Amino acid sequence: MTITDDRPEVTNEIGRSRLRKEDRRLITGRSRYTDNIVLPGMLFLGMVRSPAAHATITAINVAEAKASPGVVAVYTGADLSDAHGGLPCAWPITPDQKAPEHKAVAVDRVSFAGEIVAVVVARSAAAARDATELVDVDYEDLPVVLDLQTAAAGAPYAHPDLGTNVSAHWVYDSAEAGNGTDVKAVIAAARRDGVVLERTYLQQRLIPAFMEPRSTVVDPTGEQITMWSATQVPHILRLMLALTCSISESKLRVIAPDVGGGFGGKLQVTPEEVITLLVANKLGKPVKYTETRSESLQAAHHGRAQVQRLTLAATKEGRVTGLHVDLLADMGSHLGLVTPGVPVLGAFMYNSIYKFEAYRFECTNVFTNKAWTDAYRGAGRPEATFAIERLMDDLAAELGRDPLELRKQNWITHEEFPFATVAGMEYDSGNYEAATEKAVQLFGYDELRAEQARRRAENDPVQLGIGISTFTEMCGLAPSRVLGALSYAAGGWEHAQVRMLPTGKVEVVTGVSSHGQGHETAWSQIVADKLGVAFDDVEVLHGDTQIAPRGLDTYGSRSLVVGGIAVTKAADKVIEKGRQIAAHLLEANVDDLEFSGGRFTVKGTDQGKAISEIAWAAFDGHNLPDGMEPNLDADAAYDPVNFSFPHGTHLAAMEVDTETGAVAIRKYVCVDDVGKVVNPLIVEGQVHGGLAQGIAQALFEEAVYDENGTLTTGSFVDYLVPTAADLVDFVTDRTETPSLTNDLGVKGVGEAGTIASTPAIVNAVIDAVRHLGVTDIEMPCSPMRVWKTIQGAKPGSPESETPDEKQPHFDADETETGGGHK
Amino acid sequence: MRISVQVDGVAYTDEVEPRTLLVQYLRDHLGKTGTLIGCDTSNCGACTVHLDGASVKSCSVLAVQADGREVTTIEGLASNGELHPVQQAFHECHALQCGFCTPGMIMQSASLLRENPHPSDDEIREGLEGNLCRCTGYQNIVKAVRQAAGSNA
Repeated sequence: MTITDDRPEVTNEIGRSRLRKEDRRLITGRSRYTDNIVLPGMLFLGMVRSPAAHATITAINVAEAKASPGVVAVYTGADLSDAHGGLPCAWPITPDQKAPEHKAVAVDRVSFAGEIVAVVVARSAAAARDATELVDVDYEDLPVVLDLQTAAAGAPYAHPDLGTNVSAHWVYDSAEAGNGTDVKAVIAAARRDGVVLERTYLQQRLIPAFMEPRSTVVDPTGEQITMWSATQVPHILRLMLALTCSISESKLRVIAPDVGGGFGGKLQVTPEEVITLLVANKLGKPVKYTETRSESLQAAHHGRAQVQRLTLAATKEGRVTGLHVDLLADMGSHLGLVTPGVPVLGAFMYNSIYKFEAYRFECTNVFTNKAWTDAYRGAGRPEATFAIERLMDDLAAELGRDPLELRKQNWITHEEFPFATVAGMEYDSGNYEAATEKAVQLFGYDELRAEQARRRAENDPVQLGIGISTFTEMCGLAPSRVLGALSYAAGGWEHAQVRMLPTGKVEVVTGVSSHGQGHETAWSQIVADKLGVAFDDVEVLHGDTQIAPRGLDTYGSRSLVVGGIAVTKAADKVIEKGRQIAAHLLEANVDDLEFSGGRFTVKGTDQGKAISEIAWAAFDGHNLPDGMEPNLDADAAYDPVNFSFPHGTHLAAMEVDTETGAVAIRKYVCVDDVGKVVNPLIVEGQVHGGLAQGIAQALFEEAVYDENGTLTTGSFVDYLVPTAADLVDFVTDRTETPSLTNDLGVKGVGEAGTIASTPAIVNAVIDAVRHLGVTDIEMPCSPMRVWKTIQGAKPGSPESETPDEKQPHFDADETETGGGHK
Repeated sequence: MRISVQVDGVAYTDEVEPRTLLVQYLRDHLGKTGTLIGCDTSNCGACTVHLDGASVKSCSVLAVQADGREVTTIEGLASNGELHPVQQAFHECHALQCGFCTPGMIMQSASLLRENPHPSDDEIREGLEGNLCRCTGYQNIVKAVRQAAGSNA
């Protein structure tokens, strides 16, 4: 048999707006989300959750639930406790980090409302849920710790046995690290002869609110136990379950089928996953658990929840000299998979795109009796960007400067790359001038400033504000050595396999795990270009530990920057293997062969062979070089040498009705530089979605607890995920400064929109009413909050008294000795 | 209770509990898992289907209320292998990412266009207000509905 060379003439897939391969199934309802999976004899779980935020469990009576029709079993914490060693935290940021025991089902004490106290197993989901109402639990209330600052100050404790609410204290100091000067000295100098800004910003608690509620199915009836789960991290999940549930890793297969969004919220090893696994193993039957939306909002991990106490020093001329960040980070009730590390990820980004002499970051991680926090889109970096970009606007106002001009004065210019930052990062490339110039033009910055001045002069009740946010972020998590230095338990490499099938079609196995990103499409483009095969001839396989045996999954804008590069490395190896076979078949020297457009040719001749021909030759094995294995497959694992640093400039125009507090987005422009782009359509979609989430933090979303620790935003009625009517069309554009540290020049785009949009919007809202004396508005900037802030800014108003927590956070002694925080 | 319902062109007769929601009937009894459940308060719209041609959130309708009526789900929207113009437009405009809101979003968009064949952008946004998407920021969804409106014209 011969294989003919019927390749398309032109490939050049990278850079093309290919429509997604994934869409056809999803638009016709042919989806495979975990809750769609039904297995013979399957049983269903219902969770009994604590209504109390902090209480001792004094008694649990399950008799009535057990007698309920269709109920197979009811388990309490005591029944399941011995079967697992507790939920894992992979990031002990300090050697003396404190953490409470974290059992999947609480045994004798609950520490947040929503914690699971018992599990009902029944023949249907409805029967299970009915019976959860019949489990009788007696609680004895304990003091509830909710406020972050109160919790940091001392008793009462979220976990009395720990004797403290502080989990860890982590410090980075540029002088100690040798990357800058002493921040105290710089602040002291600025107090004498410069400008010092002291601010406290609140990063409200958010809920990732992926659209697909979490769901897990476990089938224990095969030789391998199979778990399907709505997770971003099937590989990490498998490893962690093996380590904590006394199951041989080789006996467990984890599948992430279609996953309906994650945004960090499915970067977790959850109590529900552990429980489903344990119950299925106990009963020897397939078991499913799917949470309700209320359960998801209440008990899936939350994000943000930080208090940022900031001191910025600058010269009178506007050159920023130093920044001191003193952070309180709310862990909530427990430490999840990477909970303690989230604020640490922000530590390297507070200096952003600017050249500071001195920088100190300290973070105190604190327990409260709320749902635990963990990664949410951006994870530390949105908080950092918010802080510095709000400060830059405030500094401009303080100095009477244009905020854009002030940023230009302080940012790293494009000639200065590579640039070693005060936070210890090496930025490889960037062009902040180009992105900003493009954004300013698209925005019509000067015209909008003129309109703003006109409306001010006319005392228009609806005022216009312009908000700016530049940003950079560290993507491509991560070089394994760096993660090791930060005490993270795992590495940051990624794996790929490229297999040439006998017919010339290609299977690509990737260790990253798509949950909406479009990896199947983008990876096909990369491989089509690399191997010179048709886009449609590439099949991308992922999200199943049996199919993709090695990987570290999808989060931190890493999939393309790490996983995509692993794919290119594997493809390179395929080409090298093919070259050996081609040289043998063409009776040429290996060094004389060129590979281009899917064809090996002998230099200076018209002799050649298509890679599809080589694939068949490798398969039939009739005539291979001595010692050559009969296939064209290759594996590669890639560990990045550095992070990548996308950047961008976002500009927002907001209209604020000073009489009602209503805010409206007038215009939003962003120019992002994410390096080389594989698929512009997908990149644009990522930016749109990121903007919506960042804007939602600025204007709409907040997880609110009452004084008893009950989540009052426990449904989509109260937790305000924006609708289409709440948002506008965004103007998005790009500049392209390739990353210099990876083969494709790519930088990552998953989190960019979320990072820059929050400060851009808030800066714009404040800019609209700054002339009324407003200097800060807490997020979300709801109409009531905006209205009250405006009222409070009026002299003599009862709203104008500054609450204690908003008072300057330094005292006279510190002022004299040069500032700094206690 | 016994109900007879036409779903995606097939007639079904089944015994259901009176409390069974239409979405549960579709998913659990008929295996129509293309229709998804995203919340429990009728806010997200992931479960949107057509009941006698008009969009409803199938979590807000009891199965018994569908007795004697006709239901179209996302699985029955394409005909003879031809995608509905809204499905085609969602694909071409990259109006979906994770795909979880997509069935409901497409069903609602089709219904919106049937009621208002040439909507303005504001009318599209208001018409989709009952359907939440967490991935796309809605921009490409609005674009897709706009495009589908053009193709219908």
